[in-house]
Amino acid sequence: MAEKLNFDLVSPERLLFSGQVDMVVIPGSEGEMGIMAGHAPVMSTLRPGIINVDNAGQPQQRIFVRGGFAEVTPAGLTVLAEFTVPLAELDAAALDREIAHANEDVADAKTDAKRQAAQEKLDHLKQLRQAL
Amino acid sequence: MASLKDLRNRIASVKATQKITKAMQMVAAAKLRRAQEAAEAARPYAERMDRVLANLSAGMAGRSDAPALLAGTGSDNVHLVIVATADRGLCGGFNSSISRLARQHINKLIGQGKTVKILTVGRKGRDALKRDFANRIVKSYEFTGIRQIGFQQAEDISRNVLELFEAGEFDVATIFYSKFVNVVSQIPTAQQLIPASVPADAGSSVDLGGAVYEYEPDEAEILKDILPRNLSVQIFRALLENVAGEFGAKMSAMDNATRNAGDMIKKLNITYNRSRQAMITKELIEIISGAEAL
Repeated sequence: MAEKLNFDLVSPERLLFSGQVDMVVIPGSEGEMGIMAGHAPVMSTLRPGIINVDNAGQPQQRIFVRGGFAEVTPAGLTVLAEFTVPLAELDAAALDREIAHANEDVADAKTDAKRQAAQEKLDHLKQLRQAL
Repeated sequence: MASLKDLRNRIASVKATQKITKAMQMVAAAKLRRAQEAAEAARPYAERMDRVLANLSAGMAGRSDAPALLAGTGSDNVHLVIVATADRGLCGGFNSSISRLARQHINKLIGQGKTVKILTVGRKGRDALKRDFANRIVKSYEFTGIRQIGFQQAEDISRNVLELFEAGEFDVATIFYSKFVNVVSQIPTAQQLIPASVPADAGSSVDLGGAVYEYEPDEAEILKDILPRNLSVQIFRALLENVAGEFGAKMSAMDNATRNAGDMIKKLNITYNRSRQAMITKELIEIISGAEAL
């Protein structure tokens, strides 16, 4: 594979990752998306999930993200995420905290639309928890 | 005239004070560096957020379904004033200049017949505004126990602000903080948070090579998702600027104090030496005139 994708992962506190990779799979709110070099410009919100970073010759990096969005431009992919943790460091306890967090969101939601969104997040997290 | 012992005591006490201010200055310098690094590290996120927001809001401009966070509620009767200051004093005019700017703004709004609600971040701002506007303060935050302000704190504040906004408690939100220019200069600044002020030219800098963004889910949905985040980011940025400004101000204030203490020690030393000399002379004269009388 000749062309590489510029991938930036940014959290509010710092730039977490910036470099050339082959492919990144991001958990878009409408489904998983695999982004490679030359992808059409896209802007998408993210649901809580796992980002897979593929780079030839290196082990795959898996990073858990919550809350954010992704932007693809001809210059590369930028993921803005509020909360990130490498999957290797993510354990059941951390995920349980996330689930508790999501549970609160469901309980706090005032409108039906919000409750539904929060519920979807919660279900997704539970799936992740089972996969772990 | 003070006795020699009094003078010696004063010199010792001023020296002790000088040591303290010197230490505080060095601590502030170290913390300033950390704060600057934190502010630096937060910049990429804020920049990209600005860019995306400018991109999106350009498309939403003038549309009737634009979110209230961007377009406003249509009135501006109730203002929320967020005043961000430091928790600690001893940093020159840092806190008072922010409070002064906020107070002017609040008085102007009250003069125009608007309702003003105040949310304070940092103990000093609350103390300064409590005297005049105690019944207008809706909430106060303090970060005295926290070593380094993180995004978490900004998120807490922004969640609270959003709850108030959604409950229709206010129409316009403005944050007062101190912009960090350099160590000796921090400028108290007011920034409007709601409705969001979008940088005018940030969006045009992205070259899409003729292509158009695809939006997933769609523009309005993304905007709805991003605007609350943007609020947190703006507050976070203000907090970080404030922290850096606080330590910058503290550093120069403590530098001044150290220098003043040095001057004072010099003066006291001269006085001390003079009175010691005068005393010796006096004693000599007494001995000599005593011998002459014999």
